[in-house]
Amino acid sequence: MNGKKLISKTYLALILFILYAPIVFIAVFSFTEAKSLGNWTGFTLNLYKSLFTGATPSSASLIAALKSTLIVAVIASAISTFLGTLAAIGIYNLHGRRKTAIKLLNNIPMLNPDIITGVSLFLLFVFLHVSKGYVTVILAHITFCTPYVVLNVLPKLAQMNPNIYEAALDLGATPGQALRKVMIPQLSPGMISGFILAFTMSLDDFAVTYFTAGSSGLETLSTYIYADARKGGLTPELKPLMTIIFLVILAVLLFVNIRTFKKTKDKTV
Amino acid sequence: MTNIFNKRSSWVLPYFIFMVLFVVLPLVLIGFYALTDSNGHFTLSNLAAFFTDAKIINSFLVSMEVALENTIICILIGYPVAYILADKDLNKSAVTALLFILPMWINALMRTLATAEIFNTLGIQLGKGTLLFGMAYDYLPFMIYPIYNVLNKMDKSYAEAAQDLGASPMTVFTKVTLPLSMPGILSGVLMVFMPTVSTFAVSEILTNNTIQLFGSVIQEQFYNLMWNQGAALSFVMLIIIGITMYISPDKDEEAEGGLI
Amino acid sequence: MNKENVIINIEHLSKSFGDKKVLDDINFYINRGEFITFLGPSGCGKTTMLRIIAGFLNADSGRVTMDGNDLNGVPPHKRPLNTVFQRYALFPHLDVYDNVAFGLKLKKMPDDEIATKVSKALKLVSMTDYEDRDVNSLSGGQQQRIAIARALVNQPKVLLLDEPLAALDLKMRKDMQIELKEMHEKLGITFIYVTHDQEEALTLSDTIVVMNEGKIQQIGTPTDIYNEPVNSFVADFIGESNILNGTMIEDRKVNFIGHDFDCVDEGFGENVPVDVVVRPEDIYILSNLDAAQFVGTVQTCIFKGVHYEMTVLTDEGFELMIQDYNSFEVGSKVGFLIKPNDIQVMKKERTCNTFEGEMTSEESVEILGVEFDCGVREGLEKGDKVKVEVDFNKIDLQDNLDEGETNGSISFILYKGNHYHITVRTEEGFKVYVDTNDIWDKNDIVGIKIAPADMRITKISE
Repeated sequence: MNGKKLISKTYLALILFILYAPIVFIAVFSFTEAKSLGNWTGFTLNLYKSLFTGATPSSASLIAALKSTLIVAVIASAISTFLGTLAAIGIYNLHGRRKTAIKLLNNIPMLNPDIITGVSLFLLFVFLHVSKGYVTVILAHITFCTPYVVLNVLPKLAQMNPNIYEAALDLGATPGQALRKVMIPQLSPGMISGFILAFTMSLDDFAVTYFTAGSSGLETLSTYIYADARKGGLTPELKPLMTIIFLVILAVLLFVNIRTFKKTKDKTV
Repeated sequence: MTNIFNKRSSWVLPYFIFMVLFVVLPLVLIGFYALTDSNGHFTLSNLAAFFTDAKIINSFLVSMEVALENTIICILIGYPVAYILADKDLNKSAVTALLFILPMWINALMRTLATAEIFNTLGIQLGKGTLLFGMAYDYLPFMIYPIYNVLNKMDKSYAEAAQDLGASPMTVFTKVTLPLSMPGILSGVLMVFMPTVSTFAVSEILTNNTIQLFGSVIQEQFYNLMWNQGAALSFVMLIIIGITMYISPDKDEEAEGGLI
Repeated sequence: MNKENVIINIEHLSKSFGDKKVLDDINFYINRGEFITFLGPSGCGKTTMLRIIAGFLNADSGRVTMDGNDLNGVPPHKRPLNTVFQRYALFPHLDVYDNVAFGLKLKKMPDDEIATKVSKALKLVSMTDYEDRDVNSLSGGQQQRIAIARALVNQPKVLLLDEPLAALDLKMRKDMQIELKEMHEKLGITFIYVTHDQEEALTLSDTIVVMNEGKIQQIGTPTDIYNEPVNSFVADFIGESNILNGTMIEDRKVNFIGHDFDCVDEGFGENVPVDVVVRPEDIYILSNLDAAQFVGTVQTCIFKGVHYEMTVLTDEGFELMIQDYNSFEVGSKVGFLIKPNDIQVMKKERTCNTFEGEMTSEESVEILGVEFDCGVREGLEKGDKVKVEVDFNKIDLQDNLDEGETNGSISFILYKGNHYHITVRTEEGFKVYVDTNDIWDKNDIVGIKIAPADMRITKISE
């Protein structure tokens, strides 16, 4: 038994080591100034300084890319959360063939590889003669983010007492009031996790942005890195940026999970 | 009905309209562009290229091969991870499971770039080997997560019942646990195989552009303004996806919901 | 009916879900201040009716009026009635106080007025001092009280209660029944109560509406319904009973279980088949066989707390259930007596199956949506509309579905002393009634077979 445990732990540790090696590698070398990785030229925070001040041309455009990434992600995930929550309530109250059809439709963007989503939306905007830029990128991000919100809100609806909405109406709430005062507070955990998921999907996206940003000059982090990699160089300030992003995500995930963990614990007491 | 929004099922309408406009219509457009030439006339020549152009055929076959290998590697490495994570005797902490999906939240291109940099630092030649390593690295969490989810929800009494009926631990695994976790493996395969075929940036970075996957070919054609040809290749991929969806059994929705 | 006194009037109400008719032309009225209960098995339409009254569902046809105003199209939040939901439906993100105050806050009532009303409502349900509690931390019974307070604080004219006690344990249920009854008397408002628990209905109600399969079976006071059920469904559903086939020989004389009995019923005609109901506590057991109307043997005897419950087999082969304060030894020979007053005679709803159909050839007929072989029939030809009659005991139910011409599921089973009377609902929605000695369970799927010789076919002349 103990041997089995030891082997399991070692195995997990090994895989985790491989998973995190590149991240740690980048994080370590974000504190030195050498151009090429693996070349330690002494500890310095210069890259961080340069990232925050935008002192070099490359760091300035990196910051611009970061900004547009965040703008797209915030707007797209906010709209996705709204649209997806409404849709989830609708789907939950549908029955039979219509429900199956909508759920199938909801699955399509999740099952489509990014490149298909990107290409198809590219053709749509070409077909409709819409000039590419923020609007097209945000619309595209809403398209692949909303299904995840729907999937996160639906289970919360299933857990909810089906009479709660009706109870609010019964006590004199209009449908709008019932939604605001009763449904949304109940659904908020699902909406929050849906929002976070949509936000990270948007941050992480490359292929869809690549096809829908066109030559508008709009760069997100992904397209910036891609262009960077094609040129064969790595903007040095990417290293501190990635380290910071990793720490932020780590903190957010730990916070969310500890909170839900605490909540479930509270209920069992 | 005085107010249409009294009926809650109608709340799905805005989303439905959005989806028709931004999911269904664009997919139809892929088909439309695939079957027309640049003047909008019907043609099959774009599609024919898929069967005649040696470069396309080659990259398609290479992509299938890489995707297959990557999927197998992910199952072989990922299944034991999921199994250990879901076993309450071997792993008591939910945080460990979280650690395995955490890298998914970091920009894939960044991670890929970092991996490539490590290879460079270590002096390893970029090529097929580094491509497979990087792909497995990128997609492993997508395999672990659905399997872990299914195993975690599996009723322990199945395995106990099998043991009670005289099955050895190995038999319990092959006859009970593995068949019951098939839905998880299947959704893992869905989340790994087709995306591998269609990646473009990742493969370029990891092979220094020496191996072109199918996704890169499509991207290249759009880059060269050959929209109809690119649409035709996307159309082929769409059909392959449609077929795999059709033949794969209904997958457990829960396997992918709630990634946090 | 006295119009002044009527608060809710329901006329020709019908509702279907898909093909299934859940409410079928329902008509009745509810008096002001009445405690009325919709009673019936699950799926009988009682909850649907409540939801239509509350406004959560729209009827397909018919109307509900309250104080003379048509409620059709009035959304739930504008109806002067409140609901206590089956699983409470308290808002989990609000504490007790905010749950109860929910309706009042929506009315923009001043805070101090809300506070007074909430504490009054909580006092009514004996939940004072619970204001700040998280509703999830309350027991089922406490949640139920809060749900009642939350509804009552709005001072509705009518309180709707949808199986409010179903989720509570037996002891708690009994206590809450008494409290509900007291609350109703104290408040004087109309209570509309939905339950499948006949004992609860008998305890609480002024009036009971017994429903089955979308139709009202009987409306009456608890005593009426218990003592004078109008059909075998009501007799079987309310309390324990022996339901038996009988023949009305003449006024005040009925034959069943092989004996003639004096009874008090009149007006059925002579030699008419009827259903007879005798409650188990109304059959007297005597050890003196000479004074008895009929005799039998005790088969089982179980102590039930206050009385003994026995099954006895009469010498004529009928099995009866009997309740008595004295126990009789199993196997002992005993005599029985039934008083004329305790025999309830009911008109039979049907004496055989009657199906409408059409000849599909000279030797086959289409009934129940499928083709049956009926042997060569002189004088009938393809296309003739016909009426097919089959006796209850001539229908053969098969375990093996392939052996039946069609199949259906068993929806109702009635024990009639020496055989079972079973209702089978076919996939196409037809009902087939069967008398059999075989033991089936509810919802069993069976094949239905009819021998050609057992069909009485007559042509319907147009």
